[in-house]
Formats: sequence, C-alpha cells, structure tokens
Amino acid sequence: MITPPGSSTPPLPFSSDYVLGLADDALVSAQRMSWWISRAPELEEDLALANIGLDQLGQARTLLTYAGALEGAGRTEDDLAYLRDDREFRNVWLVERPQTDFGVTIARLLVFATYQAELYAALAASSDATLAGVAGKAVKEVAYHLDHARLWTLRLGDGTEVSHERMQAALDAEWPYVDELFTPVEGALVDPASLRDAVLGRVAAVVREATLEVPDVAPTVGGGRRGLHTEHLGHLLAEMQHLHRSHPGATW
Amino acid sequence: MSRGWPLWEVFVRSRRGLSHTHVGSLHAPDAEMALRNARDVYTRRQEGVSLWVVPSAEIVASDPGEREAFFDPADDKVYRHPTFYDVPEGVEHL
Repeated sequence: MITPPGSSTPPLPFSSDYVLGLADDALVSAQRMSWWISRAPELEEDLALANIGLDQLGQARTLLTYAGALEGAGRTEDDLAYLRDDREFRNVWLVERPQTDFGVTIARLLVFATYQAELYAALAASSDATLAGVAGKAVKEVAYHLDHARLWTLRLGDGTEVSHERMQAALDAEWPYVDELFTPVEGALVDPASLRDAVLGRVAAVVREATLEVPDVAPTVGGGRRGLHTEHLGHLLAEMQHLHRSHPGATW
Repeated sequence: MSRGWPLWEVFVRSRRGLSHTHVGSLHAPDAEMALRNARDVYTRRQEGVSLWVVPSAEIVASDPGEREAFFDPADDKVYRHPTFYDVPEGVEHL
C-alpha cells in the first residue's frame, strides 16, 4: 500500500515531518489512554478507553510507517516509535500531559476526537492516496471516540453539582492547549488553521449542551511541532520505550 | 460507583436472518450508555450486526422451584417434536 516516492515521481505537496506530526499525536494519545487500563471507574469504561487507545495506536502505526517511507532513511514504525528522543517527537502538548483525572480525559478526548474527525475528513478527500486511505478508515473510529466523549461530557456537565464543577475545571485545564492544534506548519497537506472554526464550533456546541461554558483563557506557547515539549513527554517515552531499548528487537 | 449503576442484559444478533441471542450482562448508568458499553464489551471481535440492551430488573423469570410443574408435563409428548418431517437439504436455520 505504501510506496516510497522514487526519483521519477514529482515532489509531494507535503513533508514527512507533517505526517510524523499526525502519527505522534495519535501515538502519544494512545499511550496516555492506555494508562486507564485497569484503572477506569468501571470494567465497561476500562474497555471503552482501551478500545479508543487501540484505534489511535492503529492510526499511529500506519502513519509512522508512511512517515518513515517518505523520509527515505529506512526507519520502520518501531524505529520511529521507540528510538527517537523527545526533541524528535512532533506531537502537540494537548496529548502529552498526564490524564489521571477522568474529567480531563473526557475533555481532552472531546477536543482531540473532534479535531481528528475534521482532519481525517479533509485528508480522506485529499490528493494523497495513502493518507486518504488511512483517514478514510480512521473517520469511522474517530466518530465513535467523539460520541463517547460527547455522551460523558453531557452526563458529567449536566449531572450533579460536583460532576458539573469538575467537568468545567477539566475543560478549563485543557483549553490553553487547544490552540496549538491549529498552528500552521510547513509542508502541511491540510492546513491546520483551516480546521479551527469547524472544530471549535462543534466542541462549543457540546459544551453548551452540557450546561458548561467555553473557557476564556489565553493559549500556551506550544511548540510540539518543532520538537519542544513539556517535561511530561520524557517520562511518557521512558515508560513506552523502555522495553524496546532494553531488549532491542523483542517481540512476542 | 458500581452499586449505583443498574445491570443490563445484552442480546447480540450475529448476522442478518438470525435471532438476537443473550450473551451476558453489564453495568451502565442509562440505556444510551448501556448500548455503547455493550458494543465495547461484546462486539469487539465482529460478533454482531445488531444489539439489544434490556434492564435486568425488567426481566420476568420462571421460578426454579416450579420447574417440574412448568416443564415436566412435556416429557411424554413426543408427538410435539417435528421429527416426522424431512428437512430439505441446504436449509441451515429452520
């Protein structure tokens, strides 16, 4: 399915770094989601969050493989996932911070799944056959992630006084990191800025339906697309990469 | 928290033409979430094309103590079994 561009093909209208950014968003989010396995408030929710994480991991694998092929240096999905340091990761800050609060997990998923829904819809209609293929499959997965986040946002926001307060606090905590999703990047196939209105409009509609308020806070500086990260990514990578680095090539 | 979530019975239709079959139960705060949870817990491996969830409290069950009165009288009525008919070849679900 994936063919590295040969010398005879015209240059692609996007960079391998762009694809790496898409892949790393999905990979790091999947790793954070996996934290909930065995820790979710209910067995049913445990499985739901694990399913979502696995969907994201599947997207990441195909995108990493493609990024490696585009780069042309022979790096596989495993090389890219397990043998890069944090400065070489291109994910946004939204997905890399810990999410040990259920409300934060739901607030972040609401934003991230809405962003991915719009992104993948645009990529599915794009000129690149590989990205269109990956996105076409992922659109259905992400629709379910968004549904899950929306249902929980409604129940927590419009639930008890305590759940309302905690859901609002979770939105407030995530909101500074939303803007980075739409920061223009060089070599993009779909300009992130072009997704802003649709994503924010859809998220705001759910937030209001849940009797919550769209936070009015200043965005952080961000910098994930340039390899600048919070201190949390290093810890995440240490856990994710430890096995592969200690036992190179380990499989089961 | 589980104590606050009611129990639901889950029925899956594995493909068109077959009946929904009881596959198990789960906890969920309401019907909408029960359906989602059923999707995640019971159809992860392409087991189904349709799902039903029913509040377990709404199921009316026969009493095990009355089993004999309920079921034993059918024991000696073999003529109720459709064993006197030839089943046409190639019919899977009669």
